[in-house]
Amino acid sequence: MEKKLPKIEISEKLCKGCHICVEFCPKDVLEMKGFYASVKNLEACISCMQCELRCPDFAIKVITE
Amino acid sequence: MSKKVAFLQGNEAATYGALYAGCTFFAGYPITPSTEVAEIMSIELPKIGGKFIQMEDEIGAMAAILGASLTGAKVLDSTSGPGFSLKQELIGMGCISEIPCVVYNVMRGGPSTGMPTGPSQSDVMCAKWGTHGDHPAICLVPSTVQELFEEMVRAFNLSEKYRTPVFIMPDEIVAHMRERVVFPEPGEIPLIERTTPTVSPADYKPYDTSFGDVPPLAAFGSGYKFHVTSLNKAQDGFPTTKAELVQAEEERQVRKVEGNADDIIEFEEYQLDDAEVVVIAYGSTARSARYAVNVAREQGIKAGMFRLKTFWPFPYKQITAMAGKVKGFITPEMNLGMCFGEVERAAQGKVPVIGIFRVDGEPINPDQILDKIKGVK
Amino acid sequence: MAFDYEKWIRPGKLPHIWCPGCGHGIIMKGMIRAMESLKLKKENTVIVSGIGCASRLPGYIDCCTLHTAHGRAAAFATGVKLAKPEMDVIIVGGDGDGTAIGGNHFIHACRRNINLTYIIMNNNIYGMTGGQFSPCTPTGALASTTPYGNPDPGFDVAKLAIGAGATFVARGTSFHANQIDKLIAEAIQHKGFSVVEILDDCPTTYGRRNKFKSVIEMMNRLKDIAVPVKAAEKMTAEQLKGKVLTGVLYKDDTKPEYTVEYDKVIERAKAAK
Repeated sequence: MEKKLPKIEISEKLCKGCHICVEFCPKDVLEMKGFYASVKNLEACISCMQCELRCPDFAIKVITE
Repeated sequence: MSKKVAFLQGNEAATYGALYAGCTFFAGYPITPSTEVAEIMSIELPKIGGKFIQMEDEIGAMAAILGASLTGAKVLDSTSGPGFSLKQELIGMGCISEIPCVVYNVMRGGPSTGMPTGPSQSDVMCAKWGTHGDHPAICLVPSTVQELFEEMVRAFNLSEKYRTPVFIMPDEIVAHMRERVVFPEPGEIPLIERTTPTVSPADYKPYDTSFGDVPPLAAFGSGYKFHVTSLNKAQDGFPTTKAELVQAEEERQVRKVEGNADDIIEFEEYQLDDAEVVVIAYGSTARSARYAVNVAREQGIKAGMFRLKTFWPFPYKQITAMAGKVKGFITPEMNLGMCFGEVERAAQGKVPVIGIFRVDGEPINPDQILDKIKGVK
Repeated sequence: MAFDYEKWIRPGKLPHIWCPGCGHGIIMKGMIRAMESLKLKKENTVIVSGIGCASRLPGYIDCCTLHTAHGRAAAFATGVKLAKPEMDVIIVGGDGDGTAIGGNHFIHACRRNINLTYIIMNNNIYGMTGGQFSPCTPTGALASTTPYGNPDPGFDVAKLAIGAGATFVARGTSFHANQIDKLIAEAIQHKGFSVVEILDDCPTTYGRRNKFKSVIEMMNRLKDIAVPVKAAEKMTAEQLKGKVLTGVLYKDDTKPEYTVEYDKVIERAKAAK
């Protein structure tokens, strides 16, 4: 069965570059790209929602089916 | 049917005036010489389903009435000098956030703890300048127990009409004297209710000046969601530092009171038609002044009294108009020259202003005033 | 599925004013999830605050919101709640606002057991004014007004609340993000004065001065010091040294609630008329 990947939306308008999402992602899906957080490896995402939950700036949405 | 008549203390009459005006929420903190107001409110408010709360301090009481007012209630806090000083920051919030409320402040000796049971009139400047920043001030200074009742109703009316804190400040003598009070019938004194929004909740802005200088105020819990802040705000209620918005809002807040001074200012003209010497007095001091004027008249001196019922806004216009026609103004007051200074401003140097100042906890007696009346040549 | 925070946020109000890595946003999200889970009505919910970074929170939330003067939130909220007990009233603010300048209102609101929820966002510092020490700054810590180390002992906010008479007291941290909404929801549902202290980080004015290399280090500290109440039961005093208990610390459903008691005052007054 093929793994269903979520869509991770990161708003550059809202991201303040605090690194929290990158550091606390258990699967190393995110990285800092310049000032902003960005998706590096969506394949590894397990939709645990930690990044969305922890983002202090309402900048991340993890959209699952 | 004859009207209800009672022999009341000033503080009692003030409290019944507040209830007549529709006050349903009181918060306060015990302080001499105004505590009777809290005591009567604790008896009377629950009888009508209203709320009385004794708060942990004076500041808390002021906060509680502002919070309650935002739910649509007519609210009262009673205090005296030290408490009035403590409330000043939140009085400023009442002004900038435009929250109707009435603060009853019985003037006792000061500064600080001063003379808790002694009379004074030394808080009138605190009413205008006590809180920091530019803001409107409405301050009523009744002179009799009957007037305390009626002016308390007017205080609520002005507060609701202009959406701003109103102070009613008898001196300790007026607050504690007992006199005959004739209760007005319900409806005899018209009551003013705050303007509430006619627009839909989606279109509501708490400081929407398209409705004039006094924007409608919705109540929390009435279906309207809005923000109230102690910061300088824009018409939508949210904080702003935009220069032109802050300037406009600040000017409007002051203008809504100063620009309606003629509606707010009330005074009594006693024997003024041909008066050459005019005593300008307020509160209990005006009672001594009336006596002195009567004695002076008996002695052939053309004396009169201009009695302030509203201290702020100050009746500069009326006093300036008199200044060209009389030989002198006399300002007796239980402070070191607070009204005196304003009268000097209004007199514009056209006529001498003679002050009689007492801060010893004793009332100004008629002889003191009569002496000065005789001294005006 | 992504949580719909926008439903509760006023349009156009984000980004918020808080610094990168400040946990206040995490707490605000927890609060929103709590309000959503309880299906609170926006028009019937009042959020009250004082002054400070945390006190800017109400401006973002699409409810009836009241941003008052420094320290006075609990007293304003008491006025709102007593005047209209049918409304849900939540207080938010920081440690300095709530326990220093507002300390008297805080303890008396606890004592009255009036049905309010107070969320204290404790970041151990006055952030907005630039990092002066608060009553919750640890002894020895550096702040802009304790350049040689803080000589003051700090408050334990939860113990203070319990001692003063609050009937629901909980503690969480901004690291334990998925616990925040549950604690706040339980607090709101509690009939009485409820306090939720959320230990938080201020990377800008506290972290930098106190040798935290990053926001992450501050977050990890919260993770390390927190011990759930249940787990603590099995730990020795030695093991608990330097730790902070989290979860629901105190709950008492027997103490009468203030507005209910006042209704009885009204009944007695009417009967005596």
